[in-house]
This record gives sequence, C-alpha cells and structure tokens, in this order.
Amino acid sequence: MALLTIVLLDGFVFAAVLFLLSVGLTLVFGVLRILNISHGGLYALGAYLGTYLALKILDIGLSPYLTYLMLLAGALIVGVITGPLIERLFLRRVYGQAEAIQLLLTFSILLILDDLIKLIWGTAPLMVSTPSTLLGHVSLAGIPYTWYHFLLIGVSIVFGGALVWLVRGTRFGKIVVSVINDREISLAVGINVNRIYTLAFTLGALCAALGGAAVAPTIAVAPGFAVEVGVQSFAVIAIGGMGSLEGAALGALLVGLVRTLAIHTFPELELVVIYVLMLVVLMVKPEGLFGEVELRRI
Amino acid sequence: MPEPNPILQTIDLTKSFGMVKAAAAINVHIARGELVGIVGANGSGKTTFLNLITGYLKPDRGRILIMGQESTGLPPRRVTKLGLARSFQIPQLYIGLSVLENVLLALAAQAGKSTACWRPLYRGQWLEHGTVVLERFGLQAYARRPVAELPEGGRKLLDIALSFALQPQLLLMDEPTSGVSIEDKFQVMDTLVNVLQQSAVTTIFVEHDMDVVQRYSQSVLVFNDGQVIADGPPASVLAYPEVRKAVLGQE
Amino acid sequence: MTARGWSLTVPIVTVLFVAAPFVVPSWILFILHLALAKFLVVLAVALFLRGGLVSFGHALFYAVGAYTAGFAAKWFGVREALLLVPLAGLFGAAVAAVIGLFMARYRGVFFAMLNLAVSMILYAILLKFYWLTGGTDGLRVQTPTLLGFVPPRDLIRLTSYYVALVVAGIMTYVVYRFLASPLGYYLKALADNEIRIEYSGESVQRVIYATYVLSGALGGLGGVLAAFTVGHIVPEYAFWIQSGEFVFVALLGGYGSVPGPLIGAIAFEFIRTYANKYAPYAWQMTLGIIMLLIILLQPGGLWAMYESMVARFSRRAEGVERA
Repeated sequence: MALLTIVLLDGFVFAAVLFLLSVGLTLVFGVLRILNISHGGLYALGAYLGTYLALKILDIGLSPYLTYLMLLAGALIVGVITGPLIERLFLRRVYGQAEAIQLLLTFSILLILDDLIKLIWGTAPLMVSTPSTLLGHVSLAGIPYTWYHFLLIGVSIVFGGALVWLVRGTRFGKIVVSVINDREISLAVGINVNRIYTLAFTLGALCAALGGAAVAPTIAVAPGFAVEVGVQSFAVIAIGGMGSLEGAALGALLVGLVRTLAIHTFPELELVVIYVLMLVVLMVKPEGLFGEVELRRI
Repeated sequence: MPEPNPILQTIDLTKSFGMVKAAAAINVHIARGELVGIVGANGSGKTTFLNLITGYLKPDRGRILIMGQESTGLPPRRVTKLGLARSFQIPQLYIGLSVLENVLLALAAQAGKSTACWRPLYRGQWLEHGTVVLERFGLQAYARRPVAELPEGGRKLLDIALSFALQPQLLLMDEPTSGVSIEDKFQVMDTLVNVLQQSAVTTIFVEHDMDVVQRYSQSVLVFNDGQVIADGPPASVLAYPEVRKAVLGQE
Repeated sequence: MTARGWSLTVPIVTVLFVAAPFVVPSWILFILHLALAKFLVVLAVALFLRGGLVSFGHALFYAVGAYTAGFAAKWFGVREALLLVPLAGLFGAAVAAVIGLFMARYRGVFFAMLNLAVSMILYAILLKFYWLTGGTDGLRVQTPTLLGFVPPRDLIRLTSYYVALVVAGIMTYVVYRFLASPLGYYLKALADNEIRIEYSGESVQRVIYATYVLSGALGGLGGVLAAFTVGHIVPEYAFWIQSGEFVFVALLGGYGSVPGPLIGAIAFEFIRTYANKYAPYAWQMTLGIIMLLIILLQPGGLWAMYESMVARFSRRAEGVERA
C-alpha cells in the first residue's frame, strides 16, 4: 500500500515535469509539422539561465522569494530570444524540404545548444534548491516531499489548461488551427502565416524554457541533460499522439507512472523502460494514443 | 443485365465519411474487354468508388470481386497483384528518377523482381520492353530525361504508362485528360485508346469532359450522391434529362 | 560520373589506398584506417538518406560489430580476422533483421527517433551489465590475426589496415550493385512516391526492411573494423552522439553517391583531429555549425562540390576545345 502511494505521488510529480517538458514539443509539431529535436536544448537552456539568475539573486542577498521571479525571467529570456531567432534564421529555410533535412537541421541546433551551455556555464552541475525548499516540507507515506513538488503539479495543470484555452478559446488559437488545417486558404484569407509560424515556435520554445526553469530547483542541471530530456519528451508525445495537447498530458502521465514504478521495483530498467513503453504503444497504435492517421489524398 | 463472368463486380458497396454517404450500396458489373466511362458531378462519389475498388479505402459494408476473386479490404498492393492497375488524377511519378527508370521499375514490379538486389535494373529484356512502352505512349524522346522535364500531358501519359506496364487485366484511369489543354485532350485520348484496344485491357475511366466520354466509351456509369443512377451506352444515357441535370446541372 | 570516369577513378583510388602505408605518416594512416571502418556505417546511413529516411540510431550496429570482437576476445580469446569480420557483419544483419520487422513500418520522425531509442537501449544495457560488458571501462580488442597467424610486430598495423581496405572494397562493390538493382532504385523511389510503389504491387515495407538488413551488416562490419583499429571499445559506441556523427559524415560527404561517404569519413577524421587541437570543448558545436552550413549552403556535401567543380572544369575545357 505504501509502495502504491509512493509510486502514485512520485509518478504524478514526474508526470507534471514531463508534461511541462513535452507540451512545447507537441505544440510545435502540431503547427509546423516539424519535430524540433533542439527542444531539449531549449529546456536545458531555460533551466540553466533560470538557475543562474536565481543563484545570482541569492548571492546579492535579496529576498529568496525573488528566485521564483528569476526562474520565470530566465525562461522568458530564453524563449523570447531563441524562438524567433531559430525560426526565422534557420527553420524557415527548410520548410517544404525533405523531412530528413528538417530533422538534421534541428538536430544540429541541439548540438550547438548543448555545447553552448557547456561553454557558458562549464561542466559542473548547477543547483538552486531555495525555490523548492522555501515552501517547506510535508511528509507523505513516510517520504519527505516539498510543497514545491506539488506546486509543480499545479503549475502543469494550469499551464495545460491555459494552452488548451489559448488554442480553443482565443482568436489567436482559431487562426493557428486554420493555418494547421489549410495553409493555402489561410494565406488567401490574409493571415500572415509566417508570423503565425514564428509565434507558434516561440510559444513552443517558451514552454520548453519554462518547463526547464520550473523543474530546475528539484534537480541539479548538468551537461548532457538536454539530450536525455529530449528523448524522453519525444517518447511522451509519440505515445500520446504528436500534435495533441491531451496526448502530451496522457503520455506524460503514462511515462511518469511507469518510470516511477520501474525506479521503485527494478531500478536497472529505469533508463530502458521509457523506450520499451514507447515501442509497445507504437506497435499497437502507430500514430499514438490521441494521434490521427493521416491519409494522403489521391 | 449482369454479366456471367464480370471482370469487376461490386455488391452493395457502402462507405460513409461522417454524415456523408460517399458510396451508397453500389452494385456494378463490368464485363471483360469493355471500355467504361464514369461520370458525375464533383462529390458524386466517383473518386471514392475508385479508391474503394483499388483498396485505398476500406468499405463500411459490401463486397468487391475482381475476376471473381474477393478483394474486399485488401490493400492497394494486393489488389494490384490481382490484376488491377490504376492511374491518378495527379500523376504519381518518381520525380527523382528518369522517365525510363520509372517504367523500368514498373516492369520490375510486374516481373515480381522489385526486391532483386544484385542484378541491375538496366537489363536488356526490360530495356527493350520499356522502350516499346514509351514509344507506344509517345514518350521515347524523354526516356533518359528527368521526369521534371516532361510537359503536363506527358506526365499524365507517363502515369498511365506506368500502370499499363504492369500488364493489368483491368485498368482504372482517374481523369486521364484533366490538366491537359483542350487541344491535346483528344490526342492524349487517341493515343490511350489506341494502346488499350491493341492490348485488350478492360478499361474504366473517370472523366469530367462529356465530349471525351461520348466519343470514347462503350458504356457509361453515372454517379450521383454516392449512387449509380444510370448505366448504358453513352448516347442514350447522356440523353436522359435527369442525367444531364445531375452531371451538368442543366434543366 | 560517367562510366568512363569511374573506370579511371576506381583504379587510381585503389592504388592510392594500397600505397598509403608506405607513403603517409602513421597518424594519417590511422585516420585512413578508421575512416575506412566508419565509412561502412556512414554508407548504411547514406542508403536511408537516399530513401528519404534518417536513422539516428545506427551506432547500434556499430556497437554490435565492435562488441563482437570484444566478447570474442574476452570470452573465447579469439582474434581471428577471417572469423570475426564476417561474424560481426552477420550479427549486425541479424539484429537488423529482428528490429527491422518493427522499424520498417515507420517513416520520417518516427523512424529517426525509434532507431535512436533502440540504440540507447543497447547503450543502457552495455553500461549497466558491466560485469559482462566491462561497463564504462570497456573491453580491450587486440589486433587481429590472419588465418591464425600473428603478424610480426612491424606488420601488425599494416595487416589490420589491409583487412579493413579489403572489406571496405568488397562492401563498396556490394553497395554499388545494390544501388544499380531494382531494390536500389526502389529505395530512391521511396523518397519520391510511396503510393506509386504500393500501386505497383510492391511493398514499401519490404524495400525498407531489405535496406535495413543490409545497413545492419554494414554497421556491424564497420564496428568490428573500428574495434581492430582503436583497440579499445566502450559503450559509447552505441551512444546517440556516435549515431549523430555518422549522420553528420553522410551529410558532409554527400549521401547521393558511394564515394561521398568515404570522402566525408576521411574529412571528418581530419576535422576531428584539428578540432581536438584547437577547440576541444566545443566538439558538438563544431559539428552542429558545420552541419547547419552544409544544410543551408551545399546540401549535396563535399561530393556535390567536387562534381560541380569537375563540371565547371570540363565545361571550360570544352570551351577551349571548341574555340
């Protein structure tokens, strides 16, 4: 019984983390139909910058509550700068080209980001625990959790809800959906499709960076982090259905729970279980749980 | 009057897309050797019918029999192996290869040698046969050139040539003259019908142009709202006011 | 390149490679040797790129081949080239034959990332089961014996190099035949139009599967040859960065041809040597930047640059002749 509680609690926390990580990726794929392999790098960048700014604030001696603001600031800076930069400068050049080329492009950006992080912040892990310890501990099933962990769950739910509202409830969202469904008609109607693409990608980058910054206080960010999470985020959205927000949530939940179960029962399988889960789901439903089968018109 | 050994038969073929009944219990008999035209307004279900026959779509209900063999639910690959070939409204070509290479690949598939991985594609027998095919379709001048250099009518012809090279018993052509300029239409159809009649392939073609249908088909199927509303020789079928209204919107 | 161009180039290149050990310094020989090994894996990746598919996981087969040599040395004390090389190719093909059953159903993003996932599973296994695999310490691989004979000390490197050269030569011919065959052309057609393939009665899955098995064999062969060269293998042979390097080299050299990957592999080793010297902490960034430049400026890679130079040169020569 205790094991179940632990797995559920840990699982939900981890699922929240995964959702924050993956939702940006699925968003970008949904609009641009490109898998942004550099997504993990943006996530890591957000984590690093957020952590760095938070540490600096503590160094200066200001109120530790400002660390939350710094995390947010770090994420915003990363998202707002890298988003338009990557989309305008690089991604735009390969729209319409072979999918392989698009993948290679985002892959090369990941390589650059990964090393960029190393060059700026070095190879030693970076950690700011203040934001997570500041809110205090609570003991559940004999395990100490911080309130920050549960805040993360709350943040991810709010975040997911906000995105769904953005896409379904706002004018911006409706424009985005129309661009997704028919690019030519959207152009004909006068929608600035290019700007929508830039905005969508920037939103995705923001999500990635916010995810990274939010999670940073619970872990120590270190090099190589970008790729690890990149593959995980792909697994989550592949399972859930690429381009689907609900899919990202479900995928995050599944992966979170399964991986937590593995950690507490067969820890050697921890790395492997995520891939195995993805393979199993895809074998049964290749387009993912909430994914749609695309049939070409002939 | 149903044919005893139809080359194509559908029984109560039904397919819906949400609320739209694209195919409503279609029953069709096509005899061997016929040249059949299929007409109907946009959205009447012509292309859906073609997609169902060739296995691109799975029917909700009903059966498809090709030369007496059950082909319901089989994917295009298996349907092709039963002896059916199809050409497309938008030519489906291997753009990165030359015109001849497109044909050679079709011939390799027909010979069942598409996964041969040691002996070359450019081999005497296929080269000869491929050149003959290109000549009959008037494309031999473009043989070694990239597909991109073909004019629009040429691409259409190549698309049909590729299906024809599979030596099918039944050939389905989806709007063979669409996208072809008016001056070229009859030339393209003349070439086509010439080739087809020499080889005794049963042919079904979907067509928008009434002149083409009247001139070349032996019998016509008229589609409307997912149903076949008329079936018979073109002159008489197209004289019916209901048919004219459904297809041409004329009173 | 024309047939005449090939019949001239192939002997010249062969002579260059055969003569290399007597002409170039040993550090360049080492580069050529390693390039020959990696060239095979790059060739495998290039095959898929031709078909419009990217594999981010071919390090899987590379590791399979390398660890074939490693385990043979560790558990059986075997280091015979004539046994281990075909065995590595066979194991690579066998692994591909199993995984390919699943993998051949996918394209695009899924194909790329699922390959990555499977290779990372192998990496995790190699890492975690350290009592079997040597873990992060890795395994030592001795230089190979030939027909049971241990080459005399000063000929050890030479023997190993010629083994690699022969294998590379054989596989180059095999791939060349493959690309000229119906299957090879169907692979290229795959990048253009799957629908036409299916409507020809051919199964796209079969085309991908057959290519996958061949690519597995190539990867295994590359891995075992690399193991013989480097002498020490580690789980990183299966890591995603290694896969990325193979893709990078395919892009660098130009994946539309057979010589492209070889040129790319050699160029890559030189780039790596100089990058290690001048920018050792920015290796990934170096790769990333070069990759971006290639994609944006010259997607055909070095081979395309070479071909356009040759074309320009021959046009100029023709101009001179006509004048």
